[in-house]
This record gives sequence, structure tokens and C-alpha cells, in this order.
Amino acid sequence: MTPITEDIAPLDRHTDDVVIRVHDLSIGWGDFTLLEGMSYDVHRGDVFVILGGSGCGKSTMLRHLVGLEQPQSGTIHVEGVGTPSMVIGPPPFGILFQSGALFGSMTVAQNVALPLRTWTDLEPDAIAAIVRAKLALVGLDGAENNLPSEISGGMKKRAGIARALAFEPKILFLDEPSAGLDPITAVELDEQILTLSKHLGMTIVIVTHELASIFKIATNCIMLDKTARGIIARGPPQALRESAKQPFVQSFFRREALEDHT
Amino acid sequence: MRDDARVTAKDASPDTHEPLVVSGSDGLRVSGDATLEQGGKLWKLLGAALADGTGNLSIDVAGIKTIDGGGAALLIARARAYEQRTSSTVTWSGAAPSVAAMLDLNDRELAPLPRRPRERFLAQIGRVTYEIGDRAGAVLTFVGQLAAATWASITGPRNVNWRDLYRLVERAGADAVPIVLLINFLVGLITAVQAAFQLKPYGGDIFVADLVAKAMTREFGPLMTAIIVAGRSGAGFAAELGTMKVSEEIDALRSMGICHYCHLVLPRLLALVIAMPVLTVLANLLGIAGGLFTAMLYLDVTIPTFIQKTQSVLTLADVGTGLIKSVAFAFVIALSACERGLATTGGAEGVGRSTTSAVVGILFQIVFVNALFTILFQVFEI
Repeated sequence: MTPITEDIAPLDRHTDDVVIRVHDLSIGWGDFTLLEGMSYDVHRGDVFVILGGSGCGKSTMLRHLVGLEQPQSGTIHVEGVGTPSMVIGPPPFGILFQSGALFGSMTVAQNVALPLRTWTDLEPDAIAAIVRAKLALVGLDGAENNLPSEISGGMKKRAGIARALAFEPKILFLDEPSAGLDPITAVELDEQILTLSKHLGMTIVIVTHELASIFKIATNCIMLDKTARGIIARGPPQALRESAKQPFVQSFFRREALEDHT
Repeated sequence: MRDDARVTAKDASPDTHEPLVVSGSDGLRVSGDATLEQGGKLWKLLGAALADGTGNLSIDVAGIKTIDGGGAALLIARARAYEQRTSSTVTWSGAAPSVAAMLDLNDRELAPLPRRPRERFLAQIGRVTYEIGDRAGAVLTFVGQLAAATWASITGPRNVNWRDLYRLVERAGADAVPIVLLINFLVGLITAVQAAFQLKPYGGDIFVADLVAKAMTREFGPLMTAIIVAGRSGAGFAAELGTMKVSEEIDALRSMGICHYCHLVLPRLLALVIAMPVLTVLANLLGIAGGLFTAMLYLDVTIPTFIQKTQSVLTLADVGTGLIKSVAFAFVIALSACERGLATTGGAEGVGRSTTSAVVGILFQIVFVNALFTILFQVFEI
């Protein structure tokens, strides 16, 4: 195997406050290894974007970071959690799944209220107030009593974000948050993400393809590639757009079709 | 400031995270943590402080050390409720940048909470009655579409998804063999035991063979097989087609000009029409074997005598009527399951609903059709 060459752009901000540390991580299924030898840090307050072409393992990477899957080798360490795994207890993360993953038998409001009802001793009217505020945050106030089957895909996704935020997580994982949103809502969502990271010091890890959104909100990113089976670029996206040497990375950031060199 | 009236019951020292709400002449002062963790206390304190009092109010939030979205939402909600009750305005003062940002982020004009009108009892009866009519219409449409699809597939066999047929026959037939064998063996066995209890005192041991042979081939063989196939394949078909419906796969088929009745329903119907009679024959055999087993253990009948007696009483009509029933059951199961599956709406929950309704409906229809056939065969002395 050819060694992975990596485009590295320097970070403009350095803190030692590492929230997620990934070391020599390999992921795959059975005998098949999809990505290997990956190491990176996510710092507090980062808006950390995981990029890459379709099927390169971005969402799988996210599932490893939250402990839904176990790595083939290597370690993941999350501050305050240790090695992430799914345990019963107050959730340490907020997670938005690609489809929104709302519970079909509950209304939108009940979906958002579920972690609050389960893990806090708040009174019902206090929970209702928080739920309304979270839904207003994603522009879904007024849809409280709708069932997930009665709302559109974009609305489901936004309700999923409201649910992920309900428990005031320190770390928020978003799997393609702006896919299926109209541009205006997508821009609003970007602003909310910035506010959350700036004022709450929330660390946000995002899987996305939306270039406009990446340049606007990302403080750091990694790009995965399935041919190289690992990370092929890392650093702030603006810097990578200017300095990247590899054709794939260049094309990705400049939104061009990859030239055929054959 | 000096004549501050404490609202808090507990005295919180300044270095704890406990929220503190103090009302004074110049308004309200909130300090401590305005977080989700302290949300319960904050909500109660604010509620008590804002319960009475009128007029414009200034809330000093300079003392808030830590804030998060949940805490901010609670502050805003209480303030809004106060504004609404007293028709006045609440202003925030002394907010640190992060507190101001969080309050700002959570302070939005909310759309009114929609109320779902509760359905009255009579309205419910009316709606359900209406729905019975709709259902009947839907079933008729299904039958009509299927008839058209059958004609289309006779004239153009390419329309049918023949490749699926083998897989479906295997899944509905071959895979069901072990459970069908076991259950029918047990049914034959217990039928024989019950018969033996009644007949033994009269020395009628040998008639157990007659009863088991007739009951298994005419009634229990087809019926038990149908019940198992309904549980396995009926539920499977409804869930499979239901999932395809809610994930827009049916729409995708239609958009490609492919008849989903030919592609999905007919192969399933054919698969059951092929598999069910075969399973029923096996069921009959094992049922009789169950009876034989009882006779061996419990009755004064030798194995050859039992087999000979069975051979002499069983007629082609016994087995034939059972097989006719099994084909009828195949139609009932496949059509009901597919109809329910294709009528699915409402996501994963809808799939569950239509699967349940398919199985319950099928079981009822099987018992009903069985009774109908039994009566018909009696009337025509078949």
C-alpha cells in the first residue's frame, strides 16, 4: 500500500483543551477494514467537520465516536466519558441521526421532551417551556402536536436537532444536519451552531457535504478517503482550499469535477 | 436594595451553583446557575417570585454565573408568562455577553400551540362507519386491479417477477416444513388421545384410526397449516409490502411503468398456491403418524392394524377436500396480506399496524372459510 500523503493546513487556534482524542483508529466490519491509522484531536469549542466522498465512512466514523460501533483497533477517548459506549444514564452527547430518527409513536414535542422527562426532575410545564424554546430554535414551534409521519423530511431533521439539544450536551454530533433543508433554514441552522459553540463552548462534530456551510462554520476538518483508506487532509477548510496539493482535495474544496488524468 | 425580601427558602452561599431569586424594590435579581441541572429549583423560585406583582419589571441577571439553553428557556418562559398575565414588559439588565446571547437565542416569538380537537363518541362511531365503506371500496379496488394484473400477466408473462417466485416458494414452503410437521404431529397425537378416552371404555380402540384420519385430512391438516403459514408468510408479506410502501419503493416501481400487482402480489399468491397443498399433504401424514404414536402407546391396536384401518377408511374425497381448502386458504392469506401491506401508511408504526391487522384478519377469514367449506362438502356429501 502506498503511504498516505496528507494535506495539512496549520490551525489558527491552539488550545490544549482536547475533548475528543482519536489515536490510531481502524474501522471496518469483520475482515474488511474501511479506514485505518487515523489519529486526530477535537478541541473544546471546535466546530469539527468530517468530510469525504460518498461511502468513505464518514457516518461510520461518527458512529464510532459516540460508541454505537466498536473500533477494529486503536482508541477513542472522550472527555468525561472515556471510551465511548452506549450505557444507560443521562446522555453525555447530543446526537442527530441522518434521518432524524424520531419515534413514530410520539408527537414532535414528546420526542424532544423524552430525555428531559427521563433524566431530570423538572415539572411538566417547565419541560414544556424548554421543549417550546428548542423547537422555536429550529423553527418548528407550532408543530408540537404533529406526529413524525405528518411532517416533512426537513422538519424531521430539525426536530431531531431540537431533541439532540434538549439535554444541553457538551458535545453535539450532527450527521448531515443541513441535508434536506431549504437554504434559508440551513443558514439559520449554521448561525445557531456558531452561537452554541461560541457562547456555550459546545463542541460540535458535523458530517456534511455542504461547502458553503463548511466554510462558514468549521474551525477544523478532516477529509476521509476510501482509496487511501484514511485521512487525506486536515486543518481549517479555508486554508485547505488555498494550500491543498492533492487533486481530490483541491477539487472537493473548489467544487470542481475531478480531472481525468488517464 | 437593602430591603430585599428573600424568596428563597434556603440560604445559598455565593460559591454554590444553586440559583437564587431575590425580589427588591427595583425588580428581580437572579443569581447562581441558570442551567438545566438547576432548572427545577430555578423554575420554582421564579414561579414564586413572579406569582404576584404587576407592572413593568426589570430582571437583573448580572449574578448568573453559568447559563445554558435550558436555563435560558425557563427564564424566558416565566418572564413571558408574567408579561401576559400583567400586560407589561420585562427587561433584562446586567447580562454578561454569554447570558445575553443565550437569552436572545431562546427568546423567540412562538407560534400558538395548536390544539387537537378531541373526537366525540358519536363522531367516532360515524367515522368508523364511514371507514368500513372506504375499506370495502379499497378491497374491491384491490381485487379489480389484481384481476387486471392477472390478465396482463397471462397475455404478457414478462410482467411477472418470476425470479422472486422460487425464493418465495422456498421461504413460504420449504422453510415452514419443520414447524408444520411438528405441530401437526402433536395435533394428531392429542386428537387420538381425546378420542381414545371416549372410545376405549366401549372397546372402540380401532375407531381412533378412523377419527384421526378423517379429522386430520378434512379439517386439522389444512387448518393448522394455514394458521402457521398465516403467522409466518402472511405477517411477512404484509410487513414486507408495508415497508416497501412507506419507503416509496412501490411508487418507484409504478414510476418505472412496472405493475406492482404483477411484480409483487402475483408471485406471492402463486407461491402460496404451490406451497400450501404440499405442506398440507405433509401435515396430513404427520397428523396420522401422531395418531399412530398414541395408538402404539395407549391402545390395544397394533401398528399394521392401525395403518390398514386408516387405508381402508381414507377416501380420495377426504384428502381432496382438504387440499381444496388449502388452496382457498392460500388465496385468503396471500391476498389479505398483500392488500393490508399495500394499504400501509404512517412509517414504521404503520407497518406494525398493518401486519397485526393482516394476521388477525387472515385468521378470522381462515376459520370462516373453513366452516363454509365444511358445510358445503356436507351438503353435497363430498
